[in-house]
Amino acid sequence: MAIPFSYVVRNLGVRKVTTALTASGLALVVYVFATVLMLDAGLRQTLVDTGSPDNALVIRRGAETEVQSGVERAQADVVESQPEVALGLGGERLMSKETVVLISLNKRATEKPSNVVIRGVGPQGLALRPQVRLVEGRMFRPGTSEIIAGRAIGQRFAGAGIGETLRFGMRDWTVVGHFDAGHSGFNSEIWGDADQLIQAFRRNAYSSVIFRLTDAEGLDAVKARLESDPRLTVELKRESIFYAEQSEQLSTFIRYLGVTLSIIFSSGATIGAMITMYASVANRTAEIGTLRALGFRRASILWAFLLESLLLGLLGGILGVALASLMQWVSFSTMNFQTFSELAFSFTLTGKIVVESLIFSLIMGLAGGFLPAIRAARLKIVDSLRAA
Amino acid sequence: MYLLKLIFRNAFRHKLRTALTILGIVIAVLAFGLLQTVVDAWYTGVNASSATRLITRNAISLIFPLPITYEDKIRHVPGVSTVSRSNWFGGIYIDKRNFFAQFATDAQPFFELYPEYHLAPDQMKAFVLDRKGCVVGRKLAQTYGWKLGDTIPLRGTIFPGNWEFVIRGIYEGAEAKTDESQFIFHWDYLNESIKKTSPRRANQVGIYLVGINDADRAAEISREIDAMFRNSLAETLTETEKAFALGFISMVEAIVAAIRIVSFVIIVIIMAVMANTMAMSARERTSEYATLKALGFGPVYVQTLIYGESLLIALSGGLLGIIATVPLVRGFGAVMVKLFPVFQFSPTTLAMQVGAVLVMGIVAAAVPAVRASRVRVAQGLRAIG
Repeated sequence: MAIPFSYVVRNLGVRKVTTALTASGLALVVYVFATVLMLDAGLRQTLVDTGSPDNALVIRRGAETEVQSGVERAQADVVESQPEVALGLGGERLMSKETVVLISLNKRATEKPSNVVIRGVGPQGLALRPQVRLVEGRMFRPGTSEIIAGRAIGQRFAGAGIGETLRFGMRDWTVVGHFDAGHSGFNSEIWGDADQLIQAFRRNAYSSVIFRLTDAEGLDAVKARLESDPRLTVELKRESIFYAEQSEQLSTFIRYLGVTLSIIFSSGATIGAMITMYASVANRTAEIGTLRALGFRRASILWAFLLESLLLGLLGGILGVALASLMQWVSFSTMNFQTFSELAFSFTLTGKIVVESLIFSLIMGLAGGFLPAIRAARLKIVDSLRAA
Repeated sequence: MYLLKLIFRNAFRHKLRTALTILGIVIAVLAFGLLQTVVDAWYTGVNASSATRLITRNAISLIFPLPITYEDKIRHVPGVSTVSRSNWFGGIYIDKRNFFAQFATDAQPFFELYPEYHLAPDQMKAFVLDRKGCVVGRKLAQTYGWKLGDTIPLRGTIFPGNWEFVIRGIYEGAEAKTDESQFIFHWDYLNESIKKTSPRRANQVGIYLVGINDADRAAEISREIDAMFRNSLAETLTETEKAFALGFISMVEAIVAAIRIVSFVIIVIIMAVMANTMAMSARERTSEYATLKALGFGPVYVQTLIYGESLLIALSGGLLGIIATVPLVRGFGAVMVKLFPVFQFSPTTLAMQVGAVLVMGIVAAAVPAVRASRVRVAQGLRAIG
């Protein structure tokens, strides 16, 4: 016969301070665990949203990032003439020859510098990225020193607000609009007219060429043709894959850090749960004896104590997830080691993370409660009754 | 004396509980020490910087180069002793994962500016004589098992093509904080090669390393250098080596801050565990405290017992943890040498560990001590532990 569930719950209620301390220790661990998972999920979300599988990206062979790359004008023209470049409604080619550089801007809050991507786009640049929408101000006029900034940049960096100016390349550039690019990495960029920027930086080559594929499956054909063309020194990648690769290292770093921290922390909290459960067993030796004398079996006692520590774990888990869910309103920005530029992303809570965190907390409860529960189940009736 | 004995006996009355608590503290102190050392490792460049070195870079950002003609102009600024140049090469050695810093520089002025890089005179001579030669740090050579005379192939990312360098020297750091994982080769070799492939990118320098005579005049000289190139195509930004290194850290400050916060969270978690232990022990001994009071011992005595026990447990855990930190840091540093070239357990970290342990011991005892000192004799004697 099983020991009533209410007995288990009340035992936790009797020693409120101990239960609260142990549960909050577990909660903090779950909080750290969930937060790191959320950060990684946020980063992935950003990557998935940044690139489109329908777009192809052309960079110089061997270049790891757009900033390192250079595609000569003549080479860009060869790419433009490929039949795989899709046409827009008005018959225009859906491609954008872009120039991508980094500029060092100071943060408003700390006045510390960080590298921000400035992207010069062609006339079709916006059409190729449907996730980018202007939310404030207006679009820059082609052929002028006007720029628009991603929302994340406009808020955080000095000189990137609407009406403010940035100075580089011997010109003042006026910010005329802010755009929102969903969860994508474009939020951390500043956009302007490619031909204006290329002049300002005295360059004669674009950084990359992006075009919409007539057929998303057709990438391999055009890739093989262009990469074997002796006039060209380029490499083609699907845009979505390119951006995923860009943050591979950062994502790996965050995950390793998270796993290491979770292992260290959980061992600490498990010890806490174990101490609590051992004390719980010791305090109730006589009670356990009574229960056994009443006819409850060893298995029932074992189960009751395991259930108690699982409940303790669950309590910590729920508290921890609740704490972590508050992080959704916080945005995180750091330098991506691979691109050497600022990338902002948010903590994203998914159903999977909630489930994983709760399972994690239950495992901690189980690990902490297992040995004490065995001790409780092994107590001899006579000895334990005498303990009172 | 009797008090100490009582504290000691009390602390180890529940052997298992005390052992578990101490284990928890060991883990916390270890984790805290390791995480703080990781944070320190980010600051390697800052700690190794010299007050008599300035860095001049393009004002737009580091990816824009400066013309080679600036070198002479900077050299003639009063107060400047040496000028050296440096280009970030960013090549890949076999695989992307094998990351280390590679710089193209001019041999003689560079080693003059960085006296903490010790290179044997014969190796220096061999390096200068070999156009394709390179000098690598001791740790870097160790990591990849390189020795003098080895040919190192690098695949260019910024400067396309396959490059080969021959190791002509292995430098050693003067101090433990010196970065021994750099890869240095001739700027001239880089420049000659670029001239052939993409002439427009030739004769350009990534950053100028500027040595000055008087550290106090750093700000003044920086302003003077920048003023020379104002309103030119390549405006400059000159700052001390330390400020330059801090600039890199500020870009990843969110990560550094997160690691720092998390290192304190583990202390808080174990503090909760420890407080729990003390609360349980004190509750179980309510009747004993009442007995002591009935015998005439004051509330201060009872409090001392609890504080003493808590501190004893915390300090034993702390001591074990600190002893274990040293080999852990060494082992971790050996594994992570590619990411953190300098990974050292600092005295500051040690002091913080001790501080954290003391705070843990005191905080954990606070509530139980107050409660125990307020216990009324009659009520306490009636309590069943």
